[in-house]
Amino acid sequence: MSMVTSTTTMITTNFAFYIILALVMAVTAGIVGAFAVMRRLSIASDPMSHIALPGVGLALLFGVNPLLGATASLLVGAFIIWGLENKTKISTDAMIGVVFSLALAIGALITPSEEIINALFGSYSQISLLEFASGIAISLGIIIYLLYQKEKITLSILSPELAKTSGLNNQLLNLYFLIAMVMTIMLGLRYLGALLAGTLIIIPAVTAKNLARSLSSMFSISAVVSLISVASGLALSEKIGVEPGPVIICVAGLIFIASLLIKKPE
Amino acid sequence: MILSVKNLSVGFDELNVLENVNFDVSPGDILAIIGPNGSGKTVLLRALLHTIPYRGQIKWEKGVRIGYVPQKLFIDWSLPLTLREFLNLKTKIIGAGAGELEDVLSLVKLPGSFLDRPLAKLSGGQFQRALIAFAMIGDPNVLLFDEPTASVDTPSSAQIYEDLHKLCDQRKMTLLIVSHDLSLIYSYANKVLCLNKQNLCFGHPAEVLTPERLHELYGTPVKFYVHEHRFVGEEHEEGHEHGHEHHHHDHD
Repeated sequence: MSMVTSTTTMITTNFAFYIILALVMAVTAGIVGAFAVMRRLSIASDPMSHIALPGVGLALLFGVNPLLGATASLLVGAFIIWGLENKTKISTDAMIGVVFSLALAIGALITPSEEIINALFGSYSQISLLEFASGIAISLGIIIYLLYQKEKITLSILSPELAKTSGLNNQLLNLYFLIAMVMTIMLGLRYLGALLAGTLIIIPAVTAKNLARSLSSMFSISAVVSLISVASGLALSEKIGVEPGPVIICVAGLIFIASLLIKKPE
Repeated sequence: MILSVKNLSVGFDELNVLENVNFDVSPGDILAIIGPNGSGKTVLLRALLHTIPYRGQIKWEKGVRIGYVPQKLFIDWSLPLTLREFLNLKTKIIGAGAGELEDVLSLVKLPGSFLDRPLAKLSGGQFQRALIAFAMIGDPNVLLFDEPTASVDTPSSAQIYEDLHKLCDQRKMTLLIVSHDLSLIYSYANKVLCLNKQNLCFGHPAEVLTPERLHELYGTPVKFYVHEHRFVGEEHEEGHEHGHEHHHHDHD
């Protein structure tokens, strides 16, 4: 009797971890996304999440926590993009297309086949207290950093020259933002997988861009749209018994389409 | 000397955009930088701001506060960014007081009611005034002004010169201006730098802007007293960014 109770408690706690982390991740993705859209990273953000797959694959092969592998390869991805953008000679878009798609292919080859669907699309999995706590800490860290540095990051995106005359270090701001972005992708991997984690950063943010009348409202609308997509996506996927990732993205996509129909108030 | 430039060269892909440029600026000078399309005028301003790599020496006086007015911003014009938010980016970064917004707006003669308008809803002339207001936040003692070629119509650009000139007088500000309007340079600038990769001339406008020199600079005979705004052509290749053009027409 007591054993049954304790198992039930464990499952409930674990499920609560799963839901809370998802909602916090959603808000983070919404805010990061607003900057990413401003920075014209809408297209790059999707392939950026693909680079997580080789990390996941290697981690699984060596019996390490797949999220650690993903974090490592995502950070490598952030530095690749940062390095490319600091060189004017190479077309960043083309390089991202090649490098990150290649990473997806290699990742698919080395990821054990019984894990591949989960790695690509996300899945419900056990969350330890440590993973939960570090997930929340990373999310809050990203949100606080972005809101605290909002003006600096925005000006550096709008005009590096104006940022420079206001005393900012563009390269460093850019690097920190890219790290915040890949860390957000990492947080989304559990729910969305390597194929879709980048997408949640983009869809709510472009929706917000359609609806907002000011930059500050764009941030909050993006966070709210992301939160609604994740919450209702999780609930729906639970109800119809499918993987959550694709459902979350479909909900976000529907909200985006609806935003196109709503005319921005003048 | 507030700025001294010696043997300045800037190259992209082994192609020199600027070669061996020399000039100096004293406090209170109004220096006009002129030259044909693609002669490196915008590149020179960027080098002066240290936003691109260069060879040679650029020496600003200690404690100089630089305001920069770019030709245009390569931003996504569908972004919902209001004028207030745009100006507040700088007031918040440099920690300027709350009254600073009203101050700089009145300097450039923009009404406070414009603050909550999206940047994209401003006309070309209004947007340029917004950029000047942005540059004036933090009370600069040097203003780098990159004049747009197409978006501002001539009467309003003459007005902006007039206002800038007054501003420089009142605030003892030094002005470096990339310009396409030789007649206005003639009336306002006390120094002129003719640029075509190298500096072809540097000195007082009345002394250095001879018809022969201008012919050499632009490759065609130029009559500076004719108020013809577009003879230099539109500048596209100077910018190295890619992005949306600022599709503004002047309504004011």
